[in-house]
Amino acid sequence: MSSASILIIDDEDQIRKLLTITLQVNNYKVSEASTGKEGLSAVSNHTPDLVLLDLGLPDESGHEVLRHLREWFSNPIIIISVQSNEEDIVKALDNGANDYIVKPFRTGELLARVRSVLRKASSEPNIPTVKFKDLTIDFVNRSVTVNDVAVKLTATEYSLLSILARNDGKVLTHKYLLNEVWGASHQNQSQYLRVFIAQLRKKVEIDANRPVHIITESGIGYRFIGNKTVL
Amino acid sequence: MKPLVIKKFTRNQQFLISISLVLFVALAGLLVNELIGYRVVAFMLLVTVSILAMFLEIIPVLIAAALSALIWDFFFIPPRFTLTVGTPEDRILLVMYFLIAMINAALTYKIREMEKSLNEKDEKAKSILFYNTLLNSLSHELRTPITTILGCTDNLQANAPGLSEKNKSDLIEEISVATVRLNQQVENLLNMSRLESGVFKIKKDWCDINDLVYKTLQRLEANLQKYRLAVDIPEQLPLFKLDFGLMEQVLYNLIVNVTQHTPEDTLITIQADCVKDRLLLTIADNGNGFPENEIDKVFGKFYRLKGSRTGGTGLGLSIVKGFIEAHHGTIKLENLPVMGSKFTIEILTEKSYINKLRDE
Repeated sequence: MSSASILIIDDEDQIRKLLTITLQVNNYKVSEASTGKEGLSAVSNHTPDLVLLDLGLPDESGHEVLRHLREWFSNPIIIISVQSNEEDIVKALDNGANDYIVKPFRTGELLARVRSVLRKASSEPNIPTVKFKDLTIDFVNRSVTVNDVAVKLTATEYSLLSILARNDGKVLTHKYLLNEVWGASHQNQSQYLRVFIAQLRKKVEIDANRPVHIITESGIGYRFIGNKTVL
Repeated sequence: MKPLVIKKFTRNQQFLISISLVLFVALAGLLVNELIGYRVVAFMLLVTVSILAMFLEIIPVLIAAALSALIWDFFFIPPRFTLTVGTPEDRILLVMYFLIAMINAALTYKIREMEKSLNEKDEKAKSILFYNTLLNSLSHELRTPITTILGCTDNLQANAPGLSEKNKSDLIEEISVATVRLNQQVENLLNMSRLESGVFKIKKDWCDINDLVYKTLQRLEANLQKYRLAVDIPEQLPLFKLDFGLMEQVLYNLIVNVTQHTPEDTLITIQADCVKDRLLLTIADNGNGFPENEIDKVFGKFYRLKGSRTGGTGLGLSIVKGFIEAHHGTIKLENLPVMGSKFTIEILTEKSYINKLRDE
């Protein structure tokens, strides 16, 4: 079923080759561009389902390409960055990138990201109840169970959990979460987010210290890992 | 030769010091002039200029020399309170005074310059030694995995008839291990050069210490399989403003270090606490401890314990120290009284006690 088209924009031949092989083996249709300019024209020529964009391009900066693309292109974009560059990653995510991957990455990780953003793009938004292994969220009745035992969440805890869960597999930045749950005026109040994430983990994770659903992305945000089955 | 201590005074401070010291001695001279005579006062002033020459740069010293000569002439040489010099002896004395003061200043200056160039040579020798150590360590630590990778891929490409499927998967596993090792070394080197680049900046945000510790432990799961772990973090510990990524690297490097220097089944204890507004983080083990004479050196760049296992560039702990100092914190290592050793991190930073928020 997966024959989504993916465009790779990266100046490194080796990385393009690796990505192409990895993705083709997994039944994706792959095209390549080695500069920002080439990438932009490739996107406008045959609108890929997903773009893998390297932030460190030689001609235009990856951020510029991202900005140009986001003026009209709404399909998912995953950025490729180098390690220890959280600021850059957060900037790209806040500017419309859907997810990121850092070099050196493992192919398993890459494919998981690709699957999760593509699934997100194709799934319909109105799912009443979702089961994530031990965790079930009923969006209609705003109720949550862990291993079939009802869990009592406060209003804020619930809205935090539901935003995370609706973005299964996708990284959400601190700024985004603060904005969504507490509103724009609380964008710098990251202490709220820390406290509520800790509280939420105590309620919905089997072991709050070894979370399997609400994963910390150091210096960037949080990622919900669901492995969901729609009921 | 013991180098003279050159205090770091600004130019203006130096002028102030030289002028006020000369004025002070001249004043003292005025008071005792009747008792000792104006020629002894000249010596007092000369000694003052010599002392100044030992600590200050040449220009302030020359000014002190000229000023003191003028003062001596004006206030002390008869006829007093004129610039006129009465007798030929005094004229000669004044000229000699001036010359000696200048020579004093110039000679001290010259000695300083010589010392400076000696120090530079010394520094250069030290940095050559340093880079030799660096290159030795690096060439070993980088070339070993690269050699492994090249060798393995050669074998796989040649695909000799004797190569069994088991051999092949072993070779691929070796490539994978070598690459992870190579990546760790490169990561360490990058961190070190980030620290030394001067453009390094930290980005503090509220940190849940519990999350920080367990996130790090999760990354280290494979390394820690054969160790015992105890984590002690109080429920009511406040949030602290720290750079999460850097602190994660700090804990990571410290725990990796413990696993490198202790036998399997060692108990590793991680504790966090808030003491006197500070975040206190300790990582202790009940292993064999560190040799007492090496304990002060372990945070040094490229320092490796004598006889330590391979797999490190000796950068891990100096990166830890650098990242902690970037938080204006301290780290120390000590041996525990019975057995084992303990790293103690102390950081004074903003904290937040909103542990339970009021919820609608």
